[in-house]
Amino acid sequence: MRSLIGALAALVLLAEPALAQEAARRYGDFPVIGSRAAVWVAAQLHLFFAAFVLGVPMFAVVAEVIGIKSGEERFDKLAKEFTRLLLVSYSATAVWGAVLVFALVTLYPGVWTYLAEIFDVSMWVYVGIFFFESATLYLYYYGWDLWKEGRAKWFHWGLGILLNLWGTTVMFIANSWLTYMMSPPAEVTPDTAPGMVQFWSAFANATWMPINIHRLIANVVFGGAIVGAYAAYRFLMAETDEERAHYDWMGYIGNFVAISALIVLPFAGYWLGREIYEFNQQMGITMMGGFMSWLWIVQAFLIGVLFLTGNYYLWVGMGRIPGAERFQPYTKYMLVVLVLGVIVWATPHSMIASRDEISAMGGQFHPFLGVLGVMSAKNTAVNLMILTTFLSFLLYRRANKEPVVGWAGRGTMVQGALFGIAALVVLFYGVYGYFVPAIVRIGFSVYQVLAVLSTIVAVVVLDVLMLRGATSRGEIRWGQMPPRSQYALFILAVTFTWLMGLMGFARSGIRQHWHVFEVMRDTSVDAATPALGYASVVISVCVLIFLGMVAFIFWVGGLAEKPIITKAARGEGPHAALQPAGGD
Amino acid sequence: MRFLDTPFRQALAVLVVAYVLIDFGIPYIPPLFGVDSAPVPNTVVLQYLLTVLAGLLLWVSDNDERWTEFKRPIQEVLVRPDKRVGRAVLLVAVPVLVAFVTWGRVKPEVTAPPSFRSIHPAPPRSITFQGETMQLAGLENPLRSEGSLEAHNEVGKRVYYQNCLPCHGDALDGLGHYAHGFNPAPLNFQDVGTIAQLTESFVFWRVAKGGPGLPREGTPWNSAMPAWENLLTADEIWSVILFLYEQTGNDPRTWEEAGAEEGEH
Repeated sequence: MRSLIGALAALVLLAEPALAQEAARRYGDFPVIGSRAAVWVAAQLHLFFAAFVLGVPMFAVVAEVIGIKSGEERFDKLAKEFTRLLLVSYSATAVWGAVLVFALVTLYPGVWTYLAEIFDVSMWVYVGIFFFESATLYLYYYGWDLWKEGRAKWFHWGLGILLNLWGTTVMFIANSWLTYMMSPPAEVTPDTAPGMVQFWSAFANATWMPINIHRLIANVVFGGAIVGAYAAYRFLMAETDEERAHYDWMGYIGNFVAISALIVLPFAGYWLGREIYEFNQQMGITMMGGFMSWLWIVQAFLIGVLFLTGNYYLWVGMGRIPGAERFQPYTKYMLVVLVLGVIVWATPHSMIASRDEISAMGGQFHPFLGVLGVMSAKNTAVNLMILTTFLSFLLYRRANKEPVVGWAGRGTMVQGALFGIAALVVLFYGVYGYFVPAIVRIGFSVYQVLAVLSTIVAVVVLDVLMLRGATSRGEIRWGQMPPRSQYALFILAVTFTWLMGLMGFARSGIRQHWHVFEVMRDTSVDAATPALGYASVVISVCVLIFLGMVAFIFWVGGLAEKPIITKAARGEGPHAALQPAGGD
Repeated sequence: MRFLDTPFRQALAVLVVAYVLIDFGIPYIPPLFGVDSAPVPNTVVLQYLLTVLAGLLLWVSDNDERWTEFKRPIQEVLVRPDKRVGRAVLLVAVPVLVAFVTWGRVKPEVTAPPSFRSIHPAPPRSITFQGETMQLAGLENPLRSEGSLEAHNEVGKRVYYQNCLPCHGDALDGLGHYAHGFNPAPLNFQDVGTIAQLTESFVFWRVAKGGPGLPREGTPWNSAMPAWENLLTADEIWSVILFLYEQTGNDPRTWEEAGAEEGEH
């Protein structure tokens, strides 16, 4: 017994300095801005670039396969141009990733050691796949002209698919680390040694898959928006009509990709939100109803900006489509729906009001406008905005086409009826939601979403069938876009970037004073969740740094392409065949 | 309506109509139809008008012809020699207006600044009530399944009138005798945005722990609600909660099978 006590005492004596040393090294200190802001900026910039680098290859391979199938070279050129933007951005992603890792290792060594002990194997796999991803990207880009014909072209396209696979896998792995910090498995407690945490249950935690899907779609949206901004920049700098035509078309594709993916993003976000509630109700309420709730009002505003700007770009674009004038009178009604939608969506439930205003309202809730502050109203507004945006796309697509099938008139009426029914379903459940208990109301949003999604699918199918062999009222006059439309593309890119930073903060901030929620407490000087004002400043600085770096990348991209385009414009170079794109 | 024959004037007219509707229409029109309303806080008026203004700018510029027409009067006032007087007036009036608004926003006032606080605190998973631990997640009002609801309501009514009336009011509308002395104001239980959105366990937590028991996140709460656990028994609190729902005709939020709950701002 004595020897046992002696051994234990020796162990304690041996362990004590080690523990003290560990505690001392738990946090580092970063000058001026502090450790948290340093890690925050590094992580945010890494994520901005990573989102772009993961989103762009997805539509690059789509553009390439359209080019292969249709034989239209402009799609192939577009895909290559997308990929060229990737090259420099890829380096920036890696650089910021390295900065993030060094920041974590030096400033948060305790957290890093803890995570590394659980996720070490996945970290090695991550690095390995990153290596393969780099090699694939270089082969994909530099092999473009080498593997251009026949089966070699399909091999090249296969490289693009592989690039996406690597990229998606890398993202899924990294997502497991951050989602573990948000939603560790129930069996992990503050006393669980990291070595005892089961790898797979930590890896595939409650919010892992919802984040994967949400990010996958959001990356496409983000990539589309940044590509749109690139095209806008090149359009405004263009010296020839050919260049303007090309970049006008590219901007349209970027906007199309961004807005199309944006339409489905809220559904993925809704799933993520639900999973957060399922995991921990307190966390969910902190996010949606607690001190993070103002971010959702900011989000509503910013998404409102996206919807308004995306539609605006399409409406201005109608000016260059022969036949679009017959639809232009309707845009003002769509604008009214969108403006009302933004107003409803961004109406806060508890309002910022002075003492006098509060006493006039009889509380923080407005007796009349209060009904707009709850989810029934907001879900209704956003679904109607999605329907309106889809209608804008439809009219844009229809603008210069004249259907020749005999049932075109009836088909259009059916399409109109489908829109009407979907809008009625959305409104019905929106209003009915006020008269049923919350538990029933939650399910209503599913019906609203289903009505909108099924309408979109049915109308698209009808439209494709109806426009088979349609005659043209004239080619789209690519390049004849007023410059202000290009600023709309800039607004889209800036807003998406900002939104991503803000909502990323919401996702990460709901852990509050925990590194790993309810498992590993943040005991650093930065343990308090930052105030929204401070968070907005940090995120805005990140957005500025990112956009500054992106501007540099655009400029570099321009350096590489400029001589080719100029030669093409003069009809001298190998790209002399670069044509203003026709059709859409 | 010759006045409204240019996009500039049309946009201006829409903006003015929107302002009138928001600032005067919302507080005064619904009461004509028996619907309760109140003046709209300035922050919300500004938010709505900015949205309308953004919409108007999109409308005037989504078409080349309209955009040129819209800009024409602005350009004329800024450039044409015969508009010199109007230009001079505008160049003085606009900065004066901006200065006036700025002064209005920065001048010292005795009233408290607008409160910018979250209203919906996240409840803890469990609380300690009079020495016992209670799990809030999934917790139902035990009085709904034992004894007579009527009797519980009677107890709740007595508890309410003895303790809650001075602040929350006779009509449970947050307009008690002392209500005007508090900021934030006592909750209006008749409002569909309050207890109708909450589970009974949430309300129990709020009654039991009051202002002092609000979470650290989102401080300062400034709530004057006392911690009633020091004065009432658990059954009395559950009874008064029954009474609140019974009197307002609201149903408490129920628990989902998996324990998920929707959040609302």
